[in-house]
Amino acid sequence: MSKPLSFYRSYFLSKTMSFLRRRNGTDSSKTRVADPNIKKDGAADDDKKKDEYKIPQRRNYGSKKWSCWDNCCWFIGLICSIWWFCLFLYNTMPDSIPQFVTMAITGPLPDPPGVKLRKEGLMANHPVVLVPGVVTGGLELWEGRHCAEGLLGKRLWGGSFGEFYKRPLCWLEHISLDNDTGFDPPGIRVRPVTGLVAADYFATGYFVWAVVIANLAHIGYEEKSLYMAAYDWRLSFQNTEIRDQSLTRIKSNIELLVATHGGKKVVVLPHSMGVQYFLHFMKWVETPAPRGGGGGPDWCAKHIKAIMNIGAPFLGSPKSIALHFSIEVRDIAALRAQAPGLLDKDVLGLQTFKHLMRMFRTWDATFSMIPKGGETIWGGLDWSPETETVNNSAKKGTDNSTRNTGGNGNICNTKGVNYGRLISFSKDWAETHSSKIERVDFKGDKLTNSSNCDIWLEYHEMGNRAIKAVADHKVYTAGSILDLLHYVAPKLMARGASHFSYGIADDLDDPKYDEYKYWSNPLETKLPNAPDMEIYSLYGVGLPTERGYIYKVAPPSDCSIPFQIDTSVDGDSEDSCLKGGVFSGDGDETVPIISAGFMCAKGWRGKTRFNPSGIRTYNREYKHAPPANLLEGRGTQSGSHVDLLGNFALIEDVLRVAAGATGEDIGGDRVYSDIFKWSERINIKL
Amino acid sequence: MASNFLRLRKPYYVESTINCSSSSDQKLVNLSFGINETRNQTKKRQAKEHHGRRSCLDSCCWVTGYLCTTWWLLLFLYHCCLPFTVGHEVPELMPAARLKREGLKGIHPVVLVPGIVTGGLELWEGKPCADGLFRKRLWGGGGFTQLLKRPLCWLEHLSLHNETGLDPPGIRVRPVPGLFGADYSAPGYFVWDVLVKNLAKIGYEGKNLHMAAYDWRLSFQNTEVRDRALSKLKSKIELMYRANGNKKVVVVPHSMGVAYFLHFLKWVETPPPMGGGGGPGWCAEHIKAIVNIGPSFLGVPKAVSNILSAEGKDVAYFRAMAPGVLDSGTLGLRALEHVMRVSRTWDSVVSLMPKGGETIWGNMDWSPEDEHVCDFSKKRYFRFSPSDNNVNNSDAKQVFRVKDPVKYGRIISFGKAASVLHSSQLPTTVLKEILHMSASRNFNSSCWEAWTEYDEMSRESIRKIGAADKAYTATTLFDLLRFVAPKMMNRAEAHFSHGIADNLEDPKYNHYKYWSNPLEMKLPDAPNMEIYCSYGVGIPTERSYVYKLSPSNKCKHIPYQIDTSVDGEDGSCLKSGVYFADGDESVPVLSAGFMCAKGWKGRTRFNPSGINTYVREYQSKPPTSGIKSTAHVDIMGNIALIEDILRVAAGATGEEIGGDKIYSDILRMSERINLRL
Repeated sequence: MSKPLSFYRSYFLSKTMSFLRRRNGTDSSKTRVADPNIKKDGAADDDKKKDEYKIPQRRNYGSKKWSCWDNCCWFIGLICSIWWFCLFLYNTMPDSIPQFVTMAITGPLPDPPGVKLRKEGLMANHPVVLVPGVVTGGLELWEGRHCAEGLLGKRLWGGSFGEFYKRPLCWLEHISLDNDTGFDPPGIRVRPVTGLVAADYFATGYFVWAVVIANLAHIGYEEKSLYMAAYDWRLSFQNTEIRDQSLTRIKSNIELLVATHGGKKVVVLPHSMGVQYFLHFMKWVETPAPRGGGGGPDWCAKHIKAIMNIGAPFLGSPKSIALHFSIEVRDIAALRAQAPGLLDKDVLGLQTFKHLMRMFRTWDATFSMIPKGGETIWGGLDWSPETETVNNSAKKGTDNSTRNTGGNGNICNTKGVNYGRLISFSKDWAETHSSKIERVDFKGDKLTNSSNCDIWLEYHEMGNRAIKAVADHKVYTAGSILDLLHYVAPKLMARGASHFSYGIADDLDDPKYDEYKYWSNPLETKLPNAPDMEIYSLYGVGLPTERGYIYKVAPPSDCSIPFQIDTSVDGDSEDSCLKGGVFSGDGDETVPIISAGFMCAKGWRGKTRFNPSGIRTYNREYKHAPPANLLEGRGTQSGSHVDLLGNFALIEDVLRVAAGATGEDIGGDRVYSDIFKWSERINIKL
Repeated sequence: MASNFLRLRKPYYVESTINCSSSSDQKLVNLSFGINETRNQTKKRQAKEHHGRRSCLDSCCWVTGYLCTTWWLLLFLYHCCLPFTVGHEVPELMPAARLKREGLKGIHPVVLVPGIVTGGLELWEGKPCADGLFRKRLWGGGGFTQLLKRPLCWLEHLSLHNETGLDPPGIRVRPVPGLFGADYSAPGYFVWDVLVKNLAKIGYEGKNLHMAAYDWRLSFQNTEVRDRALSKLKSKIELMYRANGNKKVVVVPHSMGVAYFLHFLKWVETPPPMGGGGGPGWCAEHIKAIVNIGPSFLGVPKAVSNILSAEGKDVAYFRAMAPGVLDSGTLGLRALEHVMRVSRTWDSVVSLMPKGGETIWGNMDWSPEDEHVCDFSKKRYFRFSPSDNNVNNSDAKQVFRVKDPVKYGRIISFGKAASVLHSSQLPTTVLKEILHMSASRNFNSSCWEAWTEYDEMSRESIRKIGAADKAYTATTLFDLLRFVAPKMMNRAEAHFSHGIADNLEDPKYNHYKYWSNPLEMKLPDAPNMEIYCSYGVGIPTERSYVYKLSPSNKCKHIPYQIDTSVDGEDGSCLKSGVYFADGDESVPVLSAGFMCAKGWKGRTRFNPSGINTYVREYQSKPPTSGIKSTAHVDIMGNIALIEDILRVAAGATGEEIGGDKIYSDILRMSERINLRL
């Protein structure tokens, strides 16, 4: 033991001391030889110092103590000084240097689209409305409980999250909504941040809209011609109007934009959940006054030039199911698999998951992301739009043709994957043909656990038998998943079902579809009567996107979430779509292509019953390419859900449309995936 | 990585506790657990060397480390204790907490209109020198750090175009909207912070509280032309009115925002091409009350000194104390000249010039404040009223001391004599003469680059204007300014007017340049509206200036300065070249109170529908701490004022909160002003 110790010590000292000697050696020798007086003084000084610190010179251990403390301080001081020095250098450095360095390494950067298009002579034309999505909008505190004293006007969500690191429970209390009403709990008012700052950066340095805004500014946009339609993304869409009059505000601001720009219609850029929010808005604004905005039947035609949906989850996203079911997604599940104890156990008394789940389940808006359209869209037990079911067995011999269907490069081998089964309990059930699965109906009675857990979750009202029954049902499709959620979380779903609907309308003229809960579901609403309007769906492709899950029953314990993604399950081959218990499909990492593209590729294409006035639709896909190097940050060709907002090709399209181009001018459809083929397979009355 | 590091450190420390003292021995071979016999002897020498070596750089490091550690420790303790202490301080600062217990609830939506200088500005497009500042603040919040980093660039971007009064080509600087601004540049609206927090306490939030951000550098009509700021404000007020159950809004303008909102009132009811087309009943329908804070209705004398020499009281003091720093071109700074160059491009400054001429501000021998008494040596303020005279016999002496009233009417006088002597002793024809010889206004051939407009004037005319024994009143002042700054006045006078209307029915008053002058516009027809003038009193406020020619005769220099050497006798209103009157440090009482006290009181020609007006003064108490301060900007944190605003916002009328509350001589002064109503 002692040998390595001394080795390290001598090594360390020889390093530092030789360094010191080299610098100071000449000095000290000079003083010693040339001027003995100084040395004496030094000695006197030493004595004084030692007196001050009451460390007697004659005792060895005394000076030891001094030296240790000394070393610590010395070390800290050195680090600090160096740090400050660097900081100073950094601050005095001209701002052009980082760019210069980047250029030197990567070669000249391409002009950002704003600069490029300005050189072409593009100028600001139509005012632009930005509609942020879920999670990316900022929330600020207007009234809080005692624990949040002094945080008035500070951001609770977005920005730096700074103040709330210190009081996580307080934060949870304020960010959650009331479980029964879906509004703020009494005594708390958390409101959306308004203005462009609401969602330009999510956290410091993590852009959301900032790049788009900067490029718009290059061709002449500014505050007066840009509007960020900020809303509280936790509330159900209609509740944002009831509580904050958000829809009224959007209406009034769009009217103002059109009026101050000489009647030029707006271009709307909704992102993620904002897409559904804006669908809801369009129905709301034309509905007569008490329930709607009373804008009259031609409001949209008069005020909107184009809607450019970015990363649009028109038909929901399977991710939301995993979030609702067990507050997991792929990344969290993977983390759990690596460090099993950390997240699950109540060690440290954290119970992170249950806290998060409780918070998450109070947010009504999350229901809007549950897959819509049921088995018709998302596939049944044995088929799904993304796989070729009919020829599956016939093509067994030619493996290559099933992989890379159409030669466009699927991200994994989709052969034999049953995407339709959104949740399966074990890999076997995910792969076996449906005729061989015996499913047990789970709708039995629920036995209440008598245990009292700190954190309320509806799972605790389920007995073990009920949990087993859920698992025995084995596979769930987009249709039966709703029954499952209704079963495991009845109160929650009851609240959600009053605001959102997930079906497909048989008869759109049925008066029941005037109710606001249908407005955000594109399969249960008609688009407004605005033949000159254009609808774009812009989304990224080429990234593995969660499409289905394999679950297992968690090891029983009283107060935990009873289901988990089974991360131990992997596919058979390298390029299998099944990894870590998650079936991946093509998409932008969050929204599968089928959800983002179907409406524009088929549902609304031409004159259909969902699009009676024949609004033109365009599918624009952006193939993901990872950033070339670290300096590029999040990349200029990214296809992932949020980073897409920094994609140069997308921004260029947006700018061109904002400057007046039509869909045909920018090239109509641009498709890399098989979305048209897949849409074909979806059998829906149009 | 981390574990490696730990492993490396641990032995080091273990080791060092064991034989630390021999640490610096040169023979490292001996460094082991083996015992060195001569150790005790060598030790002393080594220790000395050791300390000798440490003495220089190492002890620096040591000290830094020591300080840092202590600092962190204290910081840590502070943060640990903070959550416990915070709760006790807050209720005191919050009148809203008390009012909320009384059951007060916000009813009427509130619109805040910031004044000059207090709004944030951000960059939307800039020259190459401002790279990387896109949508960063140039003014307010963190913006001022840019001033230190690249001062010239900063100034360039804040200037406006010299002729159009709009942005220079290639630069777009825009106002920052929002109540709190972004939280990473938090203290941007420090001015409104306390008020907003109090409003939030009684139930206000984004949907019924709005900050009408506008670019305070532009002339008022140009904010509409460039940014559509007035249209935005109109749409916002209509929206808030509708979205809050048809409750009228309470508007709270501050400082220059007062004039801006007057402009808005006229604009919104004027038909479209020039106005907002709201129709004649718009204000009556949408506005409950206008609570003007520190209103500069009739302008401020400060604006004059600002335009003439970029000086205020504080700058002048500073110059007097450290003569070299500001004046001479040492360091190549020329701060004042830069400031002047930039601020002369801002049209809005002209809106703050004294309005109403000699009728309001006094002529050569008369001013409405004639009976005002100053005694700043005691930092006290006496009201000249009969009751005071009777009660404070001891103070009477001081009151009577001032026999010769200060000639406040002479806003600018060159030399002390000109400010004191009776007008008959002064030469009369001043400007006419110079204006006639304006033909001789030619370029100074010595300056190759004209910086300020002074450089375009001949030395002669500069000297003539600045010759001793000349004084200018609020009326003749404009002639002076038109002469020394012709371009600026040309530009700005297309947007602002400073006179008094003879006949308000004259169609020329439909032009927007008259809209922000309360003496040249009629209030809208809104008999149920209320107008408050809320301002601080009891603080010496600049009222007129004694000027001198600047000693330096070089190019690019401002030829005039406030003559800081001039002081009155003890207890006089004159100090360092500035005559003080009562006010809130920036706005004299006269300007803030006259309209509410007389001009609009009852049914006058300026107020045909008889809108109720209230004068609410807040007196400065000797210990002017934050929550009781009444200074121009600090008053926004004054709890009495905040309470009034909250009550009005919660539905109270002017009578209910106590009607007029007057400490100053404003009524008496107004009486002396001879204005046809």
